[in-house]
Amino acid sequence: MNLSQELLASMYRKMMKIRKFEQRVSELFAQGMVPGFVHLYIGEEATAVGVCENLKDTDYITSTHRGHGHLIAKGGELKYMMAELFGRKTGYCKGKGGSMHIADAKIGILGANGIVGAGLPISVGSGLSARMRGTDQVTVCFFGDGASNQGTFHEAMNMASIWRLPVIFVCENNLYGISMRQDRHQAIADISDRAQAYGFPGITVDGNDVLAVYEVAHEAVKRAREGAGPTLIECKTYRWRGHFEGDPTTYRAKEELEEWMAKDPIPRFARYLEENGYASRKELEEIERSVESEVQQAIDFAEKSDLPDEADAVTDVYSDLVEEGRAR
Amino acid sequence: MRIMTYAEALREAMRNELKKDPRVFIMGEDVGRFGGCFGVTGNLVEEFGEDRVRDTPISEEAIAGAAIGAAATGMRPVAEIMFIDFVTVAMDQLVNQAAKMRYMFGGNISLPMVVRLPEGGGIQAAAQHSQCLEAWLTHVPGIKVVYPSEPKDALGLLISSIRDDNPVAFIEHKMLYSVKGEVPDENEPIPLGLAEVKRPGKNATVIATGYMVAKALKAADQLAKEGIEIEVVDPRTLFPLDKDTIYGSIKKTHKAVIVTEEAKRGGWGGELAAQIAEEIFDYLDAQIVRIGALNTPIPFAKNLEDYVIPSEVDIINQVKSIL
Ligand SMILES: Cc1ncc(C[n+]2csc(CCOP(=O)(O)OP(=O)(O)O)c2C)c(N)n1
Ligand SMILES: [Mg+2]
Repeated sequence: MNLSQELLASMYRKMMKIRKFEQRVSELFAQGMVPGFVHLYIGEEATAVGVCENLKDTDYITSTHRGHGHLIAKGGELKYMMAELFGRKTGYCKGKGGSMHIADAKIGILGANGIVGAGLPISVGSGLSARMRGTDQVTVCFFGDGASNQGTFHEAMNMASIWRLPVIFVCENNLYGISMRQDRHQAIADISDRAQAYGFPGITVDGNDVLAVYEVAHEAVKRAREGAGPTLIECKTYRWRGHFEGDPTTYRAKEELEEWMAKDPIPRFARYLEENGYASRKELEEIERSVESEVQQAIDFAEKSDLPDEADAVTDVYSDLVEEGRAR
Repeated sequence: MRIMTYAEALREAMRNELKKDPRVFIMGEDVGRFGGCFGVTGNLVEEFGEDRVRDTPISEEAIAGAAIGAAATGMRPVAEIMFIDFVTVAMDQLVNQAAKMRYMFGGNISLPMVVRLPEGGGIQAAAQHSQCLEAWLTHVPGIKVVYPSEPKDALGLLISSIRDDNPVAFIEHKMLYSVKGEVPDENEPIPLGLAEVKRPGKNATVIATGYMVAKALKAADQLAKEGIEIEVVDPRTLFPLDKDTIYGSIKKTHKAVIVTEEAKRGGWGGELAAQIAEEIFDYLDAQIVRIGALNTPIPFAKNLEDYVIPSEVDIINQVKSIL
């Protein structure tokens, strides 16, 4: 595939953004600045970026509990993300959502989701809506290997198939659902095989190769926009951190992690860019530095932001009603 | 006496029953090697093996359904749903199947099964990991609902639940897992349907469940400094309900305050209030007071979460409001 220098640089920048953002979040979690459940995307950057670079702002995605990477790849702004993780008023969800629910509806994000497998049927609905409204919008549905064992996965795949909906199912197979290795939670090696049962294409791709992901997603998005129906893309990848921050990861071998860390998608892409003359070492370092300072600015923004007001707790439950508060 | 955490007490109950009865087994997400998301099953897999402490895929509906099928055919499953919030995914199996099979079949089938359900806020886990959904379950005839508030009750009630021949929804509160308490040396069952007075008092009866019992006891300490003695009653099982103990206390104090962490609208606390009003209205000297979470999803930010969930201060203020 012939990709413009601009697009390649954008991909690199976004992968770097995810990495740096997540690394800082990990530190901030350890320092107690970011509370709650935090599931990091480190190691899986190529998947979100390779897919989302094919999308327009008007396209939709459904995301997961491990959603920071999806949001950044779709064009989310770090400062509003960080403020949300800090539980501040200025965050994407006014501090009401936190890491697991961080979303920017303006760029088509139908939620990060705390319920495993819940995004799948929602993606069917947004695909159906695009069809009924006569737009060319597509929906990308991100979910994990673990989620592929929920009933919702099967119901959604079938419905999207019979209605030939513009949905791209992207399974991030990072080998584990919490402590359950894929070979313990299902009897197949390639989740993409399941597409066959529903009568549409399923493709497995190296999820740590951003260009390979981009290419496969490109074809799937094209099919979807042309009305040819859904595709299931399985991206084989690996999470470097525990399932959530604080997980001691006693269920996996150190060697396995090391093996996957050696397949780090970021230096791998950097090498490609350098070797093919798309970017110099210096330019890449430049990107890294500017991303680092952007992340720092996001942290500063979050720290300076106000906490939500108690009165905010009772708004947004309904569009037209405010719930009762309490006197204390 | 032994000192145990609430989580250890639950594990001890499961260990006790796994040892005693070969029909008992555990299943759920990450309950094996990982030891459970909150560490409750711990090392049981090492002691009893992967057959009897069984990791499942992420498939709540199949977990609940498999428990039913196993229970109907001679086993005594103890299923864990990692957070009560995910019971929504398993609801058909619990509501339309587990709760109704015995009745629909004219009493010809028994379902000795337990579904363990951690609930509650307090750890900034936000809207989909902090709910208190006991009312969803108490509303369904055919399910017993148990909710211990301290280690000794966790131990005794879980033993009874596992030995019970009916589907039991066993609710646990996440904030209690690390709480320590005295537990009898023998692993004895505590019968379902027996409340306990956690602190005697004469000025008002505070009926509290789960983590709210601890908050009510703290409120009681504060109130005592002002000469107000509240009686804290923990029903321990939400159904069957020990009306004798609860009503007995209200008949003595003539005041009833109900404290639950659920969203107040449609909560189990409302059902209790209605029963008190219907059955012993004449004994009341003041209106029944219900304290619950605000009718919102649980927000992420700490200050909002604290505001939405009932606190000791709310209990103190509300008790005073009817004295
Ligand atoms: C319905 C439901 N069941 C269980 C959980 C608890 N849980 C959160 S993430 C997770 C594992 C998900 O695995 P996978 O889909 O592979 O995504 P990954 O975390 O690997 O990105 C589980 C079991 C949940 N949030 N929702
Ligand atoms: Mg996974």
